[in-house]
Formats: sequence, structure tokens, C-alpha cells
Amino acid sequence: MTLKRTPLFSAHQRAGGKLIEFGGWEMPVQYSTITDEHLCVRRAAGIFDISHMGEVIVRGPAAAAFLNATLTNDVRKLVVGLGQYTLMCHEHGGVIDDLYAYRLGAEEYLLIINASRIEPDVAWLQEHLGAFPQHADVTLANLSDHTAAVAIQGPKTPGLLDQLFPAASTGGTHVAKPSELTKNQIAQFAFDGQPVCVARTGYSGEDGFEVITPATLVEAVWDKALNLGHQFCLQPCGLGARDTLRTEVCYPLYGHELDENTTPVEAGVGFFVALDKGDFVGRSVLAEQKASGTKKKLVAFKMTDKAPPPRPHYPIWVGGAAVGEVVSGTQSPSLNNGIGMGYVPPQLAEVGRKIEIEIRGRRFAAEIVKKPIYKKA
Amino acid sequence: MKLRADFTLAGVITTIRLNMSMQVPADLKYAKSHEWLRVAGDVATVGITDHAQHELTDIVFVELPAVGRKVKAGEACAVVESVKTASDIYAPVSGEVVEVNKPVTDDPGLVNGEPFAAGWFFKLKLTNAAEVGALLTPEAYRTQIGG
Repeated sequence: MTLKRTPLFSAHQRAGGKLIEFGGWEMPVQYSTITDEHLCVRRAAGIFDISHMGEVIVRGPAAAAFLNATLTNDVRKLVVGLGQYTLMCHEHGGVIDDLYAYRLGAEEYLLIINASRIEPDVAWLQEHLGAFPQHADVTLANLSDHTAAVAIQGPKTPGLLDQLFPAASTGGTHVAKPSELTKNQIAQFAFDGQPVCVARTGYSGEDGFEVITPATLVEAVWDKALNLGHQFCLQPCGLGARDTLRTEVCYPLYGHELDENTTPVEAGVGFFVALDKGDFVGRSVLAEQKASGTKKKLVAFKMTDKAPPPRPHYPIWVGGAAVGEVVSGTQSPSLNNGIGMGYVPPQLAEVGRKIEIEIRGRRFAAEIVKKPIYKKA
Repeated sequence: MKLRADFTLAGVITTIRLNMSMQVPADLKYAKSHEWLRVAGDVATVGITDHAQHELTDIVFVELPAVGRKVKAGEACAVVESVKTASDIYAPVSGEVVEVNKPVTDDPGLVNGEPFAAGWFFKLKLTNAAEVGALLTPEAYRTQIGG
């Protein structure tokens, strides 16, 4: 299979990025080192290519009703220029994808979906749209091949964004500059005379922004951000740091914390399942789980003795029995300690419980901790 | 040549290092799997190359074999872990483990900083000295890593 490349591929090569396969894409895992890039985002600013992610526009008089019948969160909470985390589930509650839904206009929504899930998501949306009573009042457009995106993350990014997009917004939330956006707000700004979307969101646990652009424009945005970024200590960052950053703050990653056999309630993101909005795909199972509990529960843990870093699929032991499996694990660059997340039976999922992680046939002590594992001092 | 700033894990000390072509010391033998071997009499010291540590980056854990363990050439007998992955380290030649580098388990960053010196892994008492001759010369290893 030929790996797909983002419009920033040559920029990554110029920046000395080490390229790996990720979800069918050839992406930079790191430019300097994962630890270096991770700490740069925690202390200053980093820029990530997230052009592999998918963009779908849902438009029309019944767009909101369609999204509320298919996704778990309630899009009626969204004013124009605001976004929310939400999930797409099977009838049995298993997660097809987790995504962001932004309201761009009165009858227009932008869905940002995972790179490896673009095809199943779009097929699933089309299938449900076909069965949706007001399907004539909704149009779906998969813009993934024509759009690109960068995430600019870290405490120093507001100042950088104001220099990158120095004029007032032209759509979405009305602001004089990007730093006036608040969490989950999105606005349109002009860059070289072309429109780009800027959202105050991210996947790092730091303040930050995601910038969605036409595919042909992203390299100019990337280059200008890096040029302006010198004074903000901005560094290009790869998927390695993106993964360690999100693991420290316990954000789920599809294929790890979430999959088609795991529900949002089990994964601890039941807050984004709005049972009070009327029926939607998966509602009955999710309502039952919220009321009566689940068979497994996602927990965060820290290694408590000197140990190798935990990794996905390592068994979790409690009281001499293997009770679950690690789904994400790494050496935390911020804490310099092994950390991870994994599934255990709910009766064992209490903060402070001593557990063991089996690594290469040996068991190492760990402890269930409160999420997020890392919190800014 | 390009200057690069690396933060340590603790983020306290910043070192600047020259990211030029990888070091391949002339007095060592090399395995295709990126271990080096320094032979003195019938004992050989084993570590991983500068190229290997550079590819791994951010070494955060080293697991060494037990002293007294007998290993065959090509046998996995240590593990090195970066933030991203765990990698097996292979015995370049057959022998008995007579000493391990305990400090490297306490400070795995030694492997990144001094791969041919303080970052060594273990010492083997050779059981088949002829195997040393089958390893790569510095020139051959440099060709393998394209540098």
C-alpha cells in the first residue's frame, strides 16, 4: 500500500523530520527528540502537522437534527463559532470515531475526524443520512483531500497566533484577534487573502489552536508560523510528542482508549453523551450503561517503582490475577515516570489501588491515579 | 553540520551537541544489528553504536542480562527503551556475561551521551573467539549506516 502524504511532506523533510507510517499516512514522528518537543510544548510552543485528519462539512436546514440523531453530544448547545467534542457510535454503543463538531454558520457544521477513520465515518454518515427522514435537507461533503491543518500548542501560542493572523475575524466568532477566542471557539481569518479557520482547542493539555486551511495554503502558514515563532521558541513537533502530551492529560486516542468494542461510558467520556436530547444511534445501550454500570472501565496509572515504560497490550494484574490490559503507555517526559491508561473491571477502578503491570514476563508495581495524570503546577 | 539543542529528561541541563556524521570508532568491531564490541584478551565489552542511540533518541530504560548468563551470538540479551519503543540488544558473539554496567540502568541517558564509553552495556568472556572475525569492520559498518 502506498502511504499518503500531507501537503507538508517536503516541509517535514526540510526540517529533518523522521517519518513513520501512521494510519496509512507517512508522518513525522519527531524532528529533534520526543522529550525535547514535548517539553517545548509544555513550556513554550510547538507546531504539529495534523493535515492527515479528516474534514467533513454537514450543511442544510436539517443539519443540526441529523447530527443530533447520529452523534452523542447535543449540537443544539453550539452557537455559531463554537465547537464540541462528540462521538459517533454503533447501535451497540461501540465507538466508530471521536471527533470535534464546530458550528460554522446557522446551518453549517464542520466535523474534524481521525485520519484512519475517514472512510468508515463518511460511509456511516451517508448510510444514516439515507435513512434520515429529512435527508433532502442535509448535504454531506468530505473535504479531507482538499484541506490541511496544523495544531499550534503551548502557553506562548496566543501571541504567535495574533501575529500570524493580525486582522479581525471574518466569520464564525467575531473577535479582533485570535487570542480573544475562548476554549472551543472557532473563527475565520484571512491569510494571503484566503480564508482559514482557527479554533482554540488542541490535544496537548496546553492552551493552543488548530488552524484548518485549504491544502494549497498550509505550507505558507507552516513556514510563516516557524518564522514568526522564533521569538516564542516555537519548534516543529511530531506525532511522538503529540502522543506523550495527550497521554499525560488522559485524552483518548482512537484505536487505543476507543474502538468499536468500547463505549464512551466505559472510556470515561460519558460527559459527552447527551441522553436528554432525544434519540440517537447507540442511545439505549449508553443510557443503560450510565444507569447500571459497565463491564470495564478506563483508568490512569503511574508506575511506582523503577520500571520499564508501560506499553499498549501489557497485562494489568490485581491481587495475583490478570484483570485487564494497558491501552496507552509511555515514559512521561514531564514527570520522568512511567504512565499509562488501561481497562479494568469497574469494581477495581478506584484511585489509589495498587496494581501491577506485566512487562516481559515480570510484574512491576503501579498505582491507579486520578485523571489527568499530569496537571500544570 | 548543524547545531542542535537537546533538553535532558529533567529539563535542567541543556547540552549542545554536534549533529554531524555518526561516530564509528576505528578500534571496535560492529554487528549489523548496531552493537559494538571492544575486545581485550578473552573479554569483550558490548554497547550500542552512536548511530543506534541517535535513531532511538531519548533512552529512558536499560535492562541488562544477569551476570553468569551464557549467551550465543545473535541472542537477544538486553533491552533498551526510548520514549517511543522497546528494542532488543543482541550478543554480537557467544560468551558468558561477566560484568554489567549498573550505572547505565540508573542513568539510561549515558547511552545517548557516551555510547562508546560510560554507556556500555555488558562484558562477555568469549567462548568462540573466531566469531569476532565475522563481525563488521568500522569501514563496513559505516557503509551499512550510509555515513
